[in-house]
Amino acid sequence: MIFSFDLLINALVSGILIGAFYAAVTAGVSLSFGILDIVNIAHPAFIILGSYIAYIVSVSLGLDPIVTSILVAPAFYALGAGIYQVYYVSFEKRGQESLRGLAFFFGLLFITEVTLVLYFGVDYRYVEAPYIGPTWHIGDVDIPMRLFVPCLVSLALIATLQLVLTRTFVGRAIMAVAQDQFALRLMAVDPIRIKRIAFGISIATASLAGAFLIIIQPVEPSVGRQYIGRVFAICVLGGMGSLPGTLLAALLVGVFESLTSTFYGPSWAPAVSFGFLLLALAVRPAGLLGR
Amino acid sequence: MTELLKIDNLGKRFVGFVALENISLAVAAGERVGLIGPNGSGKSTLVNCICGTLRNDTGSVRFDGHLLDGSTAHQRTRHGLARTFQLTRPFVGMSVLENVEVACFAPRVRHEGHARARAHAMLERVGLADKATSLVDVLPYGDLRRLEIARALATRPKLLLLDEPFAGLGTSEIQPLADLIRELHRKEGLTILIIEHKLRELMQLAHEVIAMDFGEVVATGVPAEIVRHPRVVEAYIGKAEIGESGGALGAA
Amino acid sequence: MRSPLFFLICLIVGGAVFAAAVALGNDYYFFAGYVVLQYVVLSTAWNILGGYCGYVNFGSAAFFALGAYSTVALHRLYPLPIPAMLIAGGVVSGVVGFGMGYLTLRLRGAFFAIATLALAVVLETLIVNWEYVGGSRGAYIVRPETIAPFGDYIKYLFLIMMLLAVAAITAARVIERSRLGYGFATIRDDELAAEASGVPTLRLKLIATTMSGALMGMAGAPFPYYIGYLQPSSAFGLDYAVNSIAMPLIGGTTSWVGPLIGAILLGSLQQLATVTISSAVNLLIVGLLLVGFVIVAPNGIIGLVHKYLQRKPDDFVGRRHVDAEAPDRVPGPAP
Repeated sequence: MIFSFDLLINALVSGILIGAFYAAVTAGVSLSFGILDIVNIAHPAFIILGSYIAYIVSVSLGLDPIVTSILVAPAFYALGAGIYQVYYVSFEKRGQESLRGLAFFFGLLFITEVTLVLYFGVDYRYVEAPYIGPTWHIGDVDIPMRLFVPCLVSLALIATLQLVLTRTFVGRAIMAVAQDQFALRLMAVDPIRIKRIAFGISIATASLAGAFLIIIQPVEPSVGRQYIGRVFAICVLGGMGSLPGTLLAALLVGVFESLTSTFYGPSWAPAVSFGFLLLALAVRPAGLLGR
Repeated sequence: MTELLKIDNLGKRFVGFVALENISLAVAAGERVGLIGPNGSGKSTLVNCICGTLRNDTGSVRFDGHLLDGSTAHQRTRHGLARTFQLTRPFVGMSVLENVEVACFAPRVRHEGHARARAHAMLERVGLADKATSLVDVLPYGDLRRLEIARALATRPKLLLLDEPFAGLGTSEIQPLADLIRELHRKEGLTILIIEHKLRELMQLAHEVIAMDFGEVVATGVPAEIVRHPRVVEAYIGKAEIGESGGALGAA
Repeated sequence: MRSPLFFLICLIVGGAVFAAAVALGNDYYFFAGYVVLQYVVLSTAWNILGGYCGYVNFGSAAFFALGAYSTVALHRLYPLPIPAMLIAGGVVSGVVGFGMGYLTLRLRGAFFAIATLALAVVLETLIVNWEYVGGSRGAYIVRPETIAPFGDYIKYLFLIMMLLAVAAITAARVIERSRLGYGFATIRDDELAAEASGVPTLRLKLIATTMSGALMGMAGAPFPYYIGYLQPSSAFGLDYAVNSIAMPLIGGTTSWVGPLIGAILLGSLQQLATVTISSAVNLLIVGLLLVGFVIVAPNGIIGLVHKYLQRKPDDFVGRRHVDAEAPDRVPGPAP
C-alpha cells in the first residue's frame, strides 16, 4: 500500500463522482423497494439492458448514449408498468410476494442476462462519446470526464425525481400509497394505478442509469449482478425511499469503494458493498415488522 | 394480590409520531381487566409492545417477576403470556387440529402423541372439537376466533391477552364468546386482559377497566366509574362513535 | 410409511437405476445421471429453507462452490477419500449458512434473499483471488481411472451422489413430518403468529439455513473429481443458481416430492438438450419456465396433479395451498 496525498485526493474525487452515479442507479430501487416495498432484484438487469440499448444506438446511429436513454425511457416506463401489472395480479393480490414474487424477479433478472448473452455474447462493450476520453486536471486532481458527465446528469436525475415526488400530485400520491392505500381510495385515486406509475418510473430510471454505466465502464451481461448488493445496501442505508438519504449513502459507498480499490486493489470492491449491505442490515430496527 | 403484568413508563414512537407515551399499568393475577380506547388510541401498539412483536423505546414490561425487555415474542409466550390477534392469523396451510398442535410443542412435550391429545383437549375446551380435521379456509369468523383462543391456551398461559376478540362478530356470536372467556377465567384460573373498543361487551366482562386515548392512559377504575369519566366520554363522543358508545355509556 | 423403510425403498430404487445404467453399457448415463442426482440434492436442500420456511436463497451456487473448493483446498493438503470430503464440504457450507443466517434472519425474508445474492458475488471474488486453490486460472484435480470394486471412477461418483440424494430426500421427508417441519410451516404461513404460539422462529430458521447450506456443500464436494478441472466460473455457475430455485418451484415446494420431480424432469431435459442446443438457450428456457410456472402454476407440478385429480388437499404437513381463484388475500374455500 503506497500512501500518497495525491492518490488519496483522487480516490476521494472519483469516489464522489461514482457515488453520484450509484445514486442514480439506486434511485429506481428507492422507488420500488423503499417506497413500494417491491423487491425488484432484477433492477440491475434492466440497467444493463439500458446500457446495451445505448450501445446499439451509439454504434448504429452515432447518437449520444445519454440522449438515447432519455428517448428510450418511455419504453422502459411501459415495460415497468407492464411488469408491475403482472406482479400485482400474480403475487401481490394473492399474498405471495415473499417467495414467488422474489422468484419472479429473479427469473426476470436471469432471463434478461441470458438473452443479452445470447445476442451479444460475453465480450465487453463500450460506447464512444466526446467526453469519454478527456480528463480535466485541476492541480494534482484528475477529474475524468467520463465520470464527471454522468455524475452531473445523475444529480440532475435525482433532483428531478425529488421534485416530482414532493411537488406533483402523482409524486405525493406515490409517497402516500406506501403508507395508506385506504386514504388514497377515499380520494378516488386507484392505488394500483399509482403503484404502476411508480414502478414504471423506477424502470425508466434504469434506462438512464444504463447509459451512465456504459459511459463509465465497459459492460457485459453479468455486470448487473455486482450491483445488486450495492444497490440494496445504499437503499437501506439511505433510509428506504428517501432520495436525499440515498444520495448520501451512495456517496459514502462510492468513496469507500474508491479508497479500497486504490489502496487495496480493485478486486475487493464487491466485498466493500457487501460489507455495507451487512452494515445496513445491522442498523435496521429489529423485530419482525421490519420497518 | 400479586401483580402479574406490570408496565412502567412505556413509550413507543414511530418515525414522525408518538404512538405511546408514559404508559404505566398493572394487571393483578386472577383478574379480568379491560383496555379500552377509540381507534388510534394506541391499544394495538401497546399489545404488540407487551407481547414482544414491537420493541418499546422507553419503559419496561414485567411479567410474573421477569423483566421482558429484550426477549423475543416466543420467549414471552413461554413465560406464560399468550395473545390472540385482532385480525385472526391462523396457519392457513394446516388443519384446525394442526394449528393448535403446533402451539402444544411449546411447553416441553415429549411425544407427538401427547401434543395431539392436548390439542384435541384444547379444541374441546373452546367447542371446536368437531372441526378438528377441517382446513381453516372454510371456518366462519367466530370459529377462527375460537381457534385463536385454543392456540393461545395450548401454550399454557398465565395471562391471556385478547386483542379485540369481538371485532367482526355478529350479535349471535358475541355472547357465546363472552361466556367462553368468562368460563376460561373461572375454570383455568387465567388472568385475562381484553382489548376492545366495543364498550358494551367489555363492561360486562371486566372487573377493572383502563382507558386510553392518544397513546396515553387517561383513566383507570371499575366499569361504572369509567363510563362516567369525562376524559373517556370525550374520547368516544369526540371521535363520533355516538351510536354504540353513547348507548353503552348511557346504559351504564 | 416409517422412515427407515422409506430409506430402504429409495436405496433399492437407486440401486435398480444404477444397475440399469450399468446394463446400458454407456458411461454417458453415469455422467448425465450424476448431474441430475446433484440437482436432486440441491433442489431438496433449497426447498428446506425455501419451500418449507419460505425464505428464498439466491446463493445456492455459493454454497455449492464452497463445497467444491473445500475439496480442492483439502486435496492440496492431502487427498482424502470422498466421504471425508463430503463431510468437510458440508461443514464449511453449513457454517457459512449459519453465519449468514445469524446476520440476516432476524429481518424480513427479502433482506435475507438479497444478502444471499450479494454473498455469492463476494465469495466468488474471494475465491478468484485465492491462489492456493488456483484463483481465476482454476485447479486441476486428478481423478483416478478406476477404483475397486466399482470399476470406473465415474460409477463410484454416481453411487456417492445417489446415496446423497437418497439421504437428502429421506431427511426432507423426516423433517416434513416432524415437529421441526410443523415449525417451519408456521414460519412460512405466518411468522408473527408462530412466535406468539411459542415457536422459536429464529432458532428454527437458523437450523434450516444451516442444514440447507450443508447439504448444498455436500453436493458440491465431489464436483472437482467429476469435472477434473475446476474454475470459479463453473463452480459459481448461473445454472446452479437458477436450477436450484426453478426445480423446486416447478416441481412443487410443499413436499419432498416436488424438488425430486423438478430435478429429474428439468435435469434430464437439460442433459438431453445440451447436446442439441447451446447452454445459454438451455438456461433461458429454464428461466422462462420458472417465471411461467410461478405465475400460472404456483403450486408446481404437484399442485397441477392435485387439481387435475380434483382431490381435497390431504394431510400433508403444512401444505400451503395457493388458491389462484381467490379474491384479494382472503383464503377461498378448498377445492
